[in-house]
Amino acid sequence: MSVKLSIRNAGFGYHAREMVWRNINLDVKEGECFCLLGPNGCGKTTLFNCISGNYALNEGAIYINGKNVRDYSILELAQTMGIVFQEHRAPFPYSSLEVVRMGRTPHLGLFGTPSRHDTELAYSIMEDLGIAHLADKSYTHISGGERQLVLIARTLCQEPEIILFDEPTSHLDFKNQAMVLHTIKQLSQKGMTIIMTTHFPNHVWKVGTSVAMLGYKRMVAQGPVDEVMTEQNLSETYGVEINIYNAESDHKQIRFCDPNLE
Amino acid sequence: MIELVKNGKTLAEGKYIIEKKPSSLKWILMFAFPVCLFILCLFLGRYTVSPGEVFSILGYKLLNLPIEPYWSETAVDVVIRVRLPRAIMAALIGAGLSMSGASFQGMFQNPLVSPFILGVSAGASFGAALGLVFELPAIVIQGLAFLCGLIAVAITYLTAHIYKVTPILMLVLSGMVVSALFQSLLSLIKFVADDEEKLPAITFWLMGSLGSVGLKDLAIASLPIIVSMAGLYLLRWKLNVLSMGDREARSLGLNTELLKALIIIFTTVITSTAVAFCGIIGWVGQVIPHFCRMIVGPDHKVLIPATMLIGAGYLLMIDNLCRLLTPNEIPLGILTAAIGAPVFAYLLRKTRGGWH
Repeated sequence: MSVKLSIRNAGFGYHAREMVWRNINLDVKEGECFCLLGPNGCGKTTLFNCISGNYALNEGAIYINGKNVRDYSILELAQTMGIVFQEHRAPFPYSSLEVVRMGRTPHLGLFGTPSRHDTELAYSIMEDLGIAHLADKSYTHISGGERQLVLIARTLCQEPEIILFDEPTSHLDFKNQAMVLHTIKQLSQKGMTIIMTTHFPNHVWKVGTSVAMLGYKRMVAQGPVDEVMTEQNLSETYGVEINIYNAESDHKQIRFCDPNLE
Repeated sequence: MIELVKNGKTLAEGKYIIEKKPSSLKWILMFAFPVCLFILCLFLGRYTVSPGEVFSILGYKLLNLPIEPYWSETAVDVVIRVRLPRAIMAALIGAGLSMSGASFQGMFQNPLVSPFILGVSAGASFGAALGLVFELPAIVIQGLAFLCGLIAVAITYLTAHIYKVTPILMLVLSGMVVSALFQSLLSLIKFVADDEEKLPAITFWLMGSLGSVGLKDLAIASLPIIVSMAGLYLLRWKLNVLSMGDREARSLGLNTELLKALIIIFTTVITSTAVAFCGIIGWVGQVIPHFCRMIVGPDHKVLIPATMLIGAGYLLMIDNLCRLLTPNEIPLGILTAAIGAPVFAYLLRKTRGGWH
């Protein structure tokens, strides 16, 4: 499978003398659900911001479809890659359908407004994600998980080749986490290339196909989920002893990890 | 069903919903509001011209209808030279200020922002005061006011422009700084101005009035205002995207810097022209968008046309009151604030300070 996104010898620092990380190398192949795992403050979100084109790297380069991110225009990037941000402030109570429809922006000219086709497309995506009932609800008045799904729908409306998630479940309760992870898994199964940052190792087993584990200032390990997610790597990434458990429930094998408190 | 999406195909029939639009009755009423007040503007006034005469004069003068003139020359002057340009100007400026206010509120992601937030009114006031103190001709005073309004906003923009981007917070802060600077310069001019004639002239000018607007003023002012209004109208849906914040808007493929610059240019041309010809007309650009949001909702695609209609009608209404309430005209700025501020307070109460 072809490589969708690759990072070569990347280094970034807010100040030249103090790099957040350097020598990062990654390859994300088409159709993968690539998880970027690491503790708070390890530079995950910084790396995310570099991939999304918000920050420019100090060293190295990021390639999407073989082309340096720097050479993409804002418009081209939005047509190739959709982004679901973590924190999200809502200034005006737009309807959820209106928010989803904003995903059509990269396909409209500067003076363009969405056509009926765009509206239909937005609505059909909401139907596919099972959130059509939210269409005329104000998206400031829906739950955090539902809002996340609306933003995922908006991203799909862009018709991107890659979707980037920044900690998509970080402020959500169990039900909402399940809702969002389920949607991400479905997208992944349908062949969408996904890159997602998370600080929950258990979510990597749930949705990930590949993982990169970012410890403080360096990459601990990367590769297929089952090979890389070991007790040793996890413990090293988080700086605390972590045990992995295998369990069976209703004939379903699940694997999870837990920090050892002793 | 994501494949469907990827290929960008339309749906199977019957699976779409029709866009929610405000009812057509609402739009008819919103359209009728400025039109009725505009017509009223031509009829009402100290010099009585009968409705029949007004229509005949308009038909004769504007459409060259073959009507035998039965009216006095004064009636023609009053209708064509005084009331008509004044009414058109009131409608244009009301619409322009309201659209500017709505655009800025979207751009600044804050429904309380006024179109003067970047310092245009302070700059234009200073320019006008400068012209008044040197007793320059009216057209030069207007030119100076317009120019200084533009300069003030340009300084604000350039101050806020750091690292190739122009953060909203920086714009607000530098707008405050530039406003303060030009206000102090204005005070300086007032301080040195002759207090028999020039100081009152400056004070009255700042209160705002449509009283001196003639056909010539209208000819000069209408073009920049209409062009800028058209610009804002065309960009209206992008305001929705921009109001989600710069980072998100960029991720959706919007060139936020270009869009912000365009919106600032359009609104500044409108507000600067308005201040140059009619003085400072406060509160219109703040109250009308808020009011319209209650009627048509927050979507700028419909909000912008709504503010245009309601804003035009509102300023026509206020200007009628200014002309007719007392034997001497009340300055416009006094009434827009005296009516606008309590209305705003009421709207805030009613929406509980919120917009969520």
